[in-house]
Amino acid sequence: MSTYWKANQRRLAPWLFLAPGMIMFAIYVIIPIFQSMWISFYDWDGLGEAVWIGTDNYVELADDPEFYTSFKNNIIWLVLYLLAVPAGLLIAIFLNQTVRGIRLYKSLFFFPFVISQVVVGLIFTWFYAPGFGPIFKLTELIFGQGTAILADDRFVTYGIIAAGLWPQIAYVMILYLTGLNNVAPDQVEAARLDGAKGWRMLWYVILPQLRPATFIAVVVTVIGALRSFDLVSIMTAGGPYGSSRVLSYYMYEQALSEYGYRMGYGAAIAVVLFGIMMVFISGFIWKMWRDETER
Amino acid sequence: MVHKKAGALALMAALLMSTSAMAQDKRELKYFADFDPIPLAAFEALIVDFEAANPEVDVVLQNFDHEGYKTAIRNFLTTDSPDLANWYAGNRMAPFVNAGQFQDVSDVWEANGLSDSLASAKASMTIDGKQWGVPYTYYQWGIYFNKDAYKAAGAEVPATWDEFVANCEKFKAANIDCLTVGTKALWPGAGIFDYMSLRTNGYEWHMDLTAGKIAWTDQKVKDVFAQWARIQPFITANHAALEWEDAAALMVQGKAANYVMGNFSVGNFKAGGMTNDTLGFMPFPEITPGIPRSEDAPTDTIHIPTGAKNVADAKLFLAFVADAAVQTKLNTALSQLPTNKNSTVPADDPFLVAGFEMLSSAHALAQFFDRDAPAEMAKAGMEGFQEFMVKPENLDAILERLEAVRAKAYE
Repeated sequence: MSTYWKANQRRLAPWLFLAPGMIMFAIYVIIPIFQSMWISFYDWDGLGEAVWIGTDNYVELADDPEFYTSFKNNIIWLVLYLLAVPAGLLIAIFLNQTVRGIRLYKSLFFFPFVISQVVVGLIFTWFYAPGFGPIFKLTELIFGQGTAILADDRFVTYGIIAAGLWPQIAYVMILYLTGLNNVAPDQVEAARLDGAKGWRMLWYVILPQLRPATFIAVVVTVIGALRSFDLVSIMTAGGPYGSSRVLSYYMYEQALSEYGYRMGYGAAIAVVLFGIMMVFISGFIWKMWRDETER
Repeated sequence: MVHKKAGALALMAALLMSTSAMAQDKRELKYFADFDPIPLAAFEALIVDFEAANPEVDVVLQNFDHEGYKTAIRNFLTTDSPDLANWYAGNRMAPFVNAGQFQDVSDVWEANGLSDSLASAKASMTIDGKQWGVPYTYYQWGIYFNKDAYKAAGAEVPATWDEFVANCEKFKAANIDCLTVGTKALWPGAGIFDYMSLRTNGYEWHMDLTAGKIAWTDQKVKDVFAQWARIQPFITANHAALEWEDAAALMVQGKAANYVMGNFSVGNFKAGGMTNDTLGFMPFPEITPGIPRSEDAPTDTIHIPTGAKNVADAKLFLAFVADAAVQTKLNTALSQLPTNKNSTVPADDPFLVAGFEMLSSAHALAQFFDRDAPAEMAKAGMEGFQEFMVKPENLDAILERLEAVRAKAYE
């Protein structure tokens, strides 16, 4: 034993150190993924017998209008949520200067990311509230008749995304602020001597150096958009009449909510959502791998 | 130091032994429940009375968060089952009965003559001809109204549905919402539907509809929505963004006149400053003449899980909770109605008196849409009702959708 250990110590040590993390990851992430896939082939209410129904859940999903509503909303989330990246960059550049009290301003801008999503959702719910919400009052002032954004199926998803963007922009801003610290001053100096300024400076000198920050910002924003759940749950619970549902919320509703307990159907939605996420995640991993091998 | 430690250990051991010895004297009865603060206090008092009557039984109450309980019950029934568990009557208990998680307690009903004293709630406790629990409280639904709003609009309290609809024009002229509701949580809209349906086509038809025996595209369903459409323009706008408490506030402020609600809302109205002089209650008015009057009366119940260890004492407890005097005391504390017909309600609460009167003379009692219909149908239905109250022009599409859900939900 001890001779084997001595001979292979260097080879075994990394695996031993990795083991706790890998075991946890397997138990809480890898195995549940396959379990969900397995459950998605059953009709099961969580209590009684699970009945094998093959791909019936997926067939049902394929012509479920609620599923398409949720899917469409996920796409809207994905597209609009990415606005957080340029908006965060803009604020980061704006704040990247040395004036008195800049630390305070930076922390104020970062503040929305610190408070919980639930609180953000509540605050925006009150903004939109019919009767007393400032945004309701504003629409009343402009159009003569107030619009309760969260009660209107045309605007509700955009209303929730706006709430989601607030903390997300702050997050992206912080990523860029750290990135801006690492921009090489000599390159900026050299560019300035060559007469670059304004947009050209930003586009050709600053942005290329911010590429790692941009990459992370896009990754966290895309994942954040796809797993949006708390805001939908807190602000509308998917309403009015299901028009603000997203896939993750629809999954929760079908599988775990008061009127749900269709575990198989919920699992099928989860598998579809997982598939969509995998497209993006593998894209990101592929890019990271390519960048590392190129170096 | 070592000695001290040993002494402490000995003391601990002695303490542990004494408590376990005490527990051995008494038979433990484990009770899982989901009470809010006021019901919790009422039930703690009931348990003290029960233990006084049965000194050899020790009731151990574990209270859960109301919403969390709905999820927790699915876990604890299969894993760590208590001897007693709270739940609801009607179709809500069907999944547990069908999965064999609740015990048949017909013998408790038999031995204590409950079929007679709990007659009004018996139908909703019965599946396959057996009773699966004991009801301890219910409450009426109906129309609560603001008397001051009626005065402000110059409207009389209506006796018929036509008068109710006619009043809505008067309220509109006075800039008051004729009927208010907050459908963010969906269920308040189902209260309106239940009454539209019960009053238009009657209890038996309504039960057939919630049991999935009638198509949602049926002409009689359209009749229900045709009546509803008459008041739709006068319902509070933006109700989809309001909680039921927000709508209650509108009525307290006199911005709305009527509210189809359950009796639990009286606490909110009164907390907002309304009194017995300004808050009124009436049964939902007749729509189709001649149909016997039925009401919504959601019933809360106690069941014995199949995995219960102390079944004998659990049945003792059920019989105790069903007793007339016990229900009188309990429901006075709850400000709700006893299910035992021999119980009494406090004479100084006009809403309880009116409710008791109304329910005991009713033709039949429905549980509420989300308890009478299975979960999948209830969810889709309540979304449909909400959409109808926002966009009545979508009615045909809504009914098509509900019909598609009906085809799946009753398999």
